[in-house]
Amino acid sequence: MAVQKEKTKMPLQDPKQRANNFNEVALGYSKEDAINEAKRCLQCSNPACKDGCPVRVDIPKFIDLIAKGDFAAAAKKVKEKNSLPAICGRVCPQEEQCEAECIVGNKNQPVAIGRLERFVADYIREQEEVKEAIQDKGQVAVVGAGPAGLTAAADLAKLGYQVTLFEAFHKAGGVLTYGIPEFRLPKDIVQDEVEKIEQLGVEINYNQVIGKIKSLDALFAEGYQAVFVSTGAGLPRFLGIEGENLNGVYSANEFLTRVNLMKAYQFPKYKTPVYTGKKVAVVGAGNVAMDAARTALRLGAEESVIVYRRSREEMPARAEEIEHAQEEGVKFNLLNNPTKILGNDDGFVTGMECIKMELGEFDQSGRRRPIPIEGSEWSLDVDQVIMAIGQSPNPILINDTPEIETTDRGTIKVDEKTGMTTKEGVFAGGDIVTGAATVIQAMGAGKKVAQTIDQYITEQNN
Amino acid sequence: MYQILEKEELAPKIKKFEVEAPQIAAKAEPGHFLIVRVDEFAERIPLTIADYDREQGSITIIIQEVGFSSRQICDLEAGDSFLDVVGPLGKPIETADYERVLCVAGGLGAAPLYPKVKSLANEGVELITILGAQNEEILILEEELEELSNELYITTDDGSKGRKGFVTDQLGEILAEDDQFDLVIAIGPMIMMKFVSELTKEYDIDIMVSLNSLMVDGTGMCGGCRVTVGGETKFSCVDGPAFDGHLVDFDEQLQRSKIYQEKEEKVKEHEFFGGDCRAKREN
Repeated sequence: MAVQKEKTKMPLQDPKQRANNFNEVALGYSKEDAINEAKRCLQCSNPACKDGCPVRVDIPKFIDLIAKGDFAAAAKKVKEKNSLPAICGRVCPQEEQCEAECIVGNKNQPVAIGRLERFVADYIREQEEVKEAIQDKGQVAVVGAGPAGLTAAADLAKLGYQVTLFEAFHKAGGVLTYGIPEFRLPKDIVQDEVEKIEQLGVEINYNQVIGKIKSLDALFAEGYQAVFVSTGAGLPRFLGIEGENLNGVYSANEFLTRVNLMKAYQFPKYKTPVYTGKKVAVVGAGNVAMDAARTALRLGAEESVIVYRRSREEMPARAEEIEHAQEEGVKFNLLNNPTKILGNDDGFVTGMECIKMELGEFDQSGRRRPIPIEGSEWSLDVDQVIMAIGQSPNPILINDTPEIETTDRGTIKVDEKTGMTTKEGVFAGGDIVTGAATVIQAMGAGKKVAQTIDQYITEQNN
Repeated sequence: MYQILEKEELAPKIKKFEVEAPQIAAKAEPGHFLIVRVDEFAERIPLTIADYDREQGSITIIIQEVGFSSRQICDLEAGDSFLDVVGPLGKPIETADYERVLCVAGGLGAAPLYPKVKSLANEGVELITILGAQNEEILILEEELEELSNELYITTDDGSKGRKGFVTDQLGEILAEDDQFDLVIAIGPMIMMKFVSELTKEYDIDIMVSLNSLMVDGTGMCGGCRVTVGGETKFSCVDGPAFDGHLVDFDEQLQRSKIYQEKEEKVKEHEFFGGDCRAKREN
């Protein structure tokens, strides 16, 4: 039998059509597609794909169950390790993780593990029933309901703890809810996954900014035996250039929060407005930049341009997202760095001055360092600028808890083995420890720390 | 859900609400603010905590109808609830060792000023307060401020009560006679805070203003509320909302407050002509 060299294609919404709506771009496999793709898996006895997965899903096993048509059992297998498969299947950079290790990928395209994970998660969404676990081992508080916090909460509940999640926003999900747009990750899917975690017995307290409404010590006083801090890296960075406070300059966080969390794309039905320019520049080239640039097009921008100081090779966004952006009409202005934002008398953006860059020696990050070319300034005609140049950890909780030591990057210092911070009984994981990283890395951290919290409390009780 | 325990009309279009929120009341300090959201479709709106009652577990907010969202809140009655109330947010005001403080309130600014006046009065500070508004009808918290202040001056733009003119006219007159104040606190429209700051600069008196920047999350994660203070960008929601008025770029703040003016008009059109939310609300 001839080997199918390429991944089974995933149907996509037509680029011209989708650039005007917020519906999901990738439409997902049919049953036939899934079985067809599952059959490409060689069922290795020493599966390397598993090592590439930060939460170590039993990949060959669940794929085998799909090949046999037992989708419900396949979903159960995935859920043993991964509490948010419908999300991971959509937003993980599989090309750097599980699929990077796939043996089939040596000669042909690797097995589409992410697409299969998504398929089974979507398949059981409607019918799955989650049972509440017996919670008699103690109380744990989790601060921040992003991917790390949700994963840790789910695992701790399964281990027998009574878990309370404290979330600053009115909705759970963290970046899954306010950051990643609807067209990549539909919000009803996120809510569904959150509800499944609640069904395990996890209680979510919304609108609670820990460090403001109560301190970590207050949580211990209320009877929590351990606290997991997973507050992420949500503090936006700006360039510090002239004109950055003009009307029409947004952080990507603000732009995306207005659109995703507050549903400004449905304005005026939803009352939160968002400023939309005709020509939009997005500064940066990570996934957040791609999300912002593609969102701008969907809000009606005639032109959406990525401005990035390095070249295409160094762009940190996922290859698939860059491709999708390009298909939808996002333009790329590479090897350029903004030096000044120009405005009119009313304080609105009218343009952005850029300087051309060239690549020099390799730096510590392993990428070639961008160097400005003297005298090459020019101006780009735009009426909106979105800064997507990275985020730092939010200091509210840290400032309120001086015993927690931080690094010079503002991230929390933890013991590598246990994830415990310098404050007894307080653990941390996800972006607050690593700086801005991926959803699955945060989940991996949540999973690992749930185990060490279990050990810690068990030892304390003995 | 955060239930409204009591509602009072302070002036036409200005309403006072006492809201049940024991956890917030327990931690609230003068200078703190809240983010509220009325329902699923609503914006997140920043409002100052105008007072709090730790025993009763309630917080007080005072709000004036200026656009769709504030009108929606003003339409709420006792027994109704806010879907979301987040707080206490921002930095409380620092209570340094002041002996004489001059407070200036413009319009609704009396509401955020009130808890500060109250805490200063409790510490035995000598207080002179200027309360100004467009006309007598919309003067709020006059009695409360009078009780806490050693002297209270009233100004109205139309002269319907107190001195005719702006708060800055009264302030100029006071300072010309006696400028021995440790601090001036001014809260009100951006333009009023700007002129008060300029005036105190002439007399070399410290000034604290409280900015009413546009906000979304109120926790420092978006930067929508950014303000230039002494040449540096600060976030009103975490670094403020109180700042040294001599260092604030008020012109930039005035411009930033106008970014969504067109959108506000669209909400009005939507609500009055064929929008579906208004209909839902009235059903």
